[in-house]
Amino acid sequence: MGEIIFYFLAAITLGTAFLTVLSRNPIHSAIYLVICFFSIAGHYLLLNAQFLAIVHIIVYSGAIMILMLFTIMLMNLHANLEKYKPTMINLGATVGFCLLGLILISGLMHTKPVVESYYYGGEDFQSINVLGQVLMNDYVVPFEFVSVLLLVAMIGAVLISKKDTVKKDTIKKA
Amino acid sequence: MDQAIIIEKGIVIVAVFAITMLMAMYATLAERKIAAWLQDRIGPNRAGFGGILQPLADGLKLFSKEEFMPDTPNKFLFLVGPAISMSMALMTSAVIPWGDKLIVGGREVILQATDINAALLYVFAVLSVGVYGIMIGGWASNNKYSLMSAMRAASQMISYEVAMGLSVIALIMMSGTLSLKEIALQQQGMNWNVFYQPLGFIIFLVCSFAETNRTPFDLAECEAELIGGYHTEYSSMRMGFYLFAEYASMFISSAILAVLYFGAYNYPGMEWMAQNVGVNVANGIGIGVLFLKIFFFIFFYMWVRWTIPRFRYDQLMHLGWKILIPLAIVNIIITGVVILLFQ
Repeated sequence: MGEIIFYFLAAITLGTAFLTVLSRNPIHSAIYLVICFFSIAGHYLLLNAQFLAIVHIIVYSGAIMILMLFTIMLMNLHANLEKYKPTMINLGATVGFCLLGLILISGLMHTKPVVESYYYGGEDFQSINVLGQVLMNDYVVPFEFVSVLLLVAMIGAVLISKKDTVKKDTIKKA
Repeated sequence: MDQAIIIEKGIVIVAVFAITMLMAMYATLAERKIAAWLQDRIGPNRAGFGGILQPLADGLKLFSKEEFMPDTPNKFLFLVGPAISMSMALMTSAVIPWGDKLIVGGREVILQATDINAALLYVFAVLSVGVYGIMIGGWASNNKYSLMSAMRAASQMISYEVAMGLSVIALIMMSGTLSLKEIALQQQGMNWNVFYQPLGFIIFLVCSFAETNRTPFDLAECEAELIGGYHTEYSSMRMGFYLFAEYASMFISSAILAVLYFGAYNYPGMEWMAQNVGVNVANGIGIGVLFLKIFFFIFFYMWVRWTIPRFRYDQLMHLGWKILIPLAIVNIIITGVVILLFQ
């Protein structure tokens, strides 16, 4: 039963991922990507990671993709306006993706033993309590670094959107 | 044993589904009756006794109307929009504890479709996905007014979700769990969360008005500026689905407000009743009490609709980002300090 669901979900994930890249209409791409994210959340549920699945839906499907759709709809992109992409960019994207894949695989290889130690310790490693304790005890420094990174990105976004008004003010004063 | 659980859960799910649909149906009648009452009119009173069959007549009318399809290149997305809205409005009901338990034939029946570990987050996930119905429908209508309305709805929901999540964090810090069942159990007697989290409750209430697109935050369907909003191009039952989804999500968000802050199915003397009269009687009254609280919130939604005028768009964003979010953060800090002091 679990295997059938896995293959079904995997087919959806890969199919919609390809359609995201291949479809001409940017809104259709975004919607395929949303379906792809949902099927990934389904994979998390198959692994019994409820928290991860739900947070994945909240963050990716619920926030990031909605903002993405929002910008695409506002900019009113059309397929015929799409610029021609040179081969070098395609090649670069492929190489970049392969490197990212390597990093992810190496990361996964290192996480596996940690999960197993929890598994044999009989602890419920999917529960939010254990996850919070691990984040706050073992990985507190990287955790804080991530939050600082997000803060920097937020301040940067505010700065970019404020740039024009600041210039106008200085012109007025001068 | 497994089959018994499947049958039991199946019955609970079907019952919850039926009740939600029924409530959404009669919420439309209640809205019209309350509007009439507030404006000193009589309201619909022709279909059935005192207008009790009005929702059925409305539904029949919507079903039998002509289906009109605008000239849009995205026919499939146009059809999918209302379906997403409706299913997302109904999905939240899966985690709400409607009562503690009933004992039927020696078996404890838990009155909740599913008790997942992260139920509160599930509610937020479904809420945030619900915007897609409006966005996709509004965009696929191929109409500038619909698109504007969809943009408004999306930005409003995203902005208010932040404040809503932050206001709930204070509650989670206090209860120490994300499971709605446990949050309900912790509020035994008159130990309701609203007495400990008044500020959080107010922020959550305001945000749930914005999340369900109700007045004073119904900018997505602001008739004066946007004709009909995101459902301008919809007709027949598809438009009915959008309207119905609004009432269903109003019912669900009332239920969530009641469970999170107003003690769910708890009432003073529930334990005494369970010990002296019987578990089933005590919990039966509990279900009734929960529904009374839900009715109160539904009435409150309608009361506010006919009392407060609509906000302007910049006022809405100002309230969300510059007032509610800082207030929610202050609330988190106060809660944290108080928990540390009294631990």
